[in-house]
Amino acid sequence: MCGIAGLFLKDPRLEADLGTMLAGMLSPLSDRGPDSAGFAVYGAETPGHLKFTLRITPAFDLDRLLKSLRERLGAPITHRSHGTHVVFSVPADQASLARQALAAFDDVAVVGSGRRMEIFKEVGLPDDVSRQFGLQSMSGTHAIGHTRMATESAVTTNGAHPFTTGDDQCLVHNGSLSNHHAVRRELIKKGLSFQTDNDTEVAAGFITARLNDGGSLQQAMEACLDSLDGFYTFVIGTEGGFGVLRDPIACKPAVVAETDRLVAFGTEYRALVDLPGIESAKVWEPAPATVYRWELH
Amino acid sequence: MLTVDLAHGSVRELNTALHRLAADSNETHWRVLNPRGQHSIAVGLEQPVLVEIEGHVGYYCAGMNKLATVVVDGNAGQGVAENMMSGKVWVKGDASQAAGATGRGGLLVIDGNASARCGISMKGIDIVVKGSVGHLSAFMAQAGNLVVLQDAGEALGDSIYEAHLYVRGKVHSLGADCVEKPLEDEHKSELRRLLDAAGINGSVDVGEFRRYGSARKLYHFHVENVGQY
Repeated sequence: MCGIAGLFLKDPRLEADLGTMLAGMLSPLSDRGPDSAGFAVYGAETPGHLKFTLRITPAFDLDRLLKSLRERLGAPITHRSHGTHVVFSVPADQASLARQALAAFDDVAVVGSGRRMEIFKEVGLPDDVSRQFGLQSMSGTHAIGHTRMATESAVTTNGAHPFTTGDDQCLVHNGSLSNHHAVRRELIKKGLSFQTDNDTEVAAGFITARLNDGGSLQQAMEACLDSLDGFYTFVIGTEGGFGVLRDPIACKPAVVAETDRLVAFGTEYRALVDLPGIESAKVWEPAPATVYRWELH
Repeated sequence: MLTVDLAHGSVRELNTALHRLAADSNETHWRVLNPRGQHSIAVGLEQPVLVEIEGHVGYYCAGMNKLATVVVDGNAGQGVAENMMSGKVWVKGDASQAAGATGRGGLLVIDGNASARCGISMKGIDIVVKGSVGHLSAFMAQAGNLVVLQDAGEALGDSIYEAHLYVRGKVHSLGADCVEKPLEDEHKSELRRLLDAAGINGSVDVGEFRRYGSARKLYHFHVENVGQY
């Protein structure tokens, strides 16, 4: 099972409602994924800065981390807390310094980084996860979300989607990969590391490795068709939009709705029913083994 | 006519009301509003009633249908009219995968396209798709007719036992043991009957179709055919 929701806004007047609309899309997908949920929101950027989304434990001493960052970067750090997650940004040329500072803390996980992307994910019912992070008050140009019913690995926060594949890029997956152990071994040989036994983390790593080798996202997605065995509908969030890929058998459902104002992806049509203009939207299913991309102009 | 608004009631309540109908009931015409992609709407009907659904439905709509006529004024999710026994299901939009799966009788008409595995394991149902069908349609089909006015995706009729497949447009590829067969007069008559039943009266020339069916080489396992499975 699992459920995926993706929303790409063409009409800037809808941007303030992005989080509310995504939360409304994830809620009916609870049936398909009650174990955990997560989402990536592409909101405003601070020019010249890179954002980090961190996950911390309740007992974590955030002040100590902020102090360490301030000392290392030579300037105070402003942050936002969203439940177990913290978002802060640093000047882009100091990103590696920030990463070094973060590496000194054992109980901090970098969930994602990028100029615009923020990632939030947690164990629990999708409605609870949305509420806990304040999804409904988030705005932006596009977002992708996931509700998980675990089949391949444990129900943990690390096993929840999205998985980051690089700055401003992340992956959600509906399905299961049957050759992820073999692919993981090859990727580890190339120097990648993995935090979980999760098959989707391997798919994310596969795409990251292809991008690191200089390939385009289009090429990386096409390479999935040759190298990943199993069932998958992937939605990949990028700084400018999102992409969709279904495996050649296309067992895992996928529906796209498009209007003049938005493009929406849902595992089921039920996820789309409250979107503005859905009654007159063009509704269709992405073809198997075909890469689709929606990007800002 | 009875109107049921699913914005103010559950699918289970609707289906229960439909299942309670007696054979001589006067409540023969139902209208369903606000389906909003919900699953299992109007499944298991056993009386000759008309159910008109205004909007898109989710999975398994009109599954196991017997005698009833179910009209979907919108798109249908996976498995519409699955295991239909008799009656008619008419989808005015597109249908998702496995439309008419395992159907044993009755008529399924899809005005738009049907995606993958349309008519998978069909066992006597007639399916008329006015658009195109996706890959692996009529997979392991056993009996009945699949008529496609536009194109068929990859591996049409893979591992087919019997069933008649008629396609007017391009067939991307044929599956294992599915071959083209001559379109004789008896098939043209059959096609005419099916097109008439689907409301396509005379506007389509039955001579434009090509017929596909089983080569009957894979009915029984022969080791020399192992590469074909």
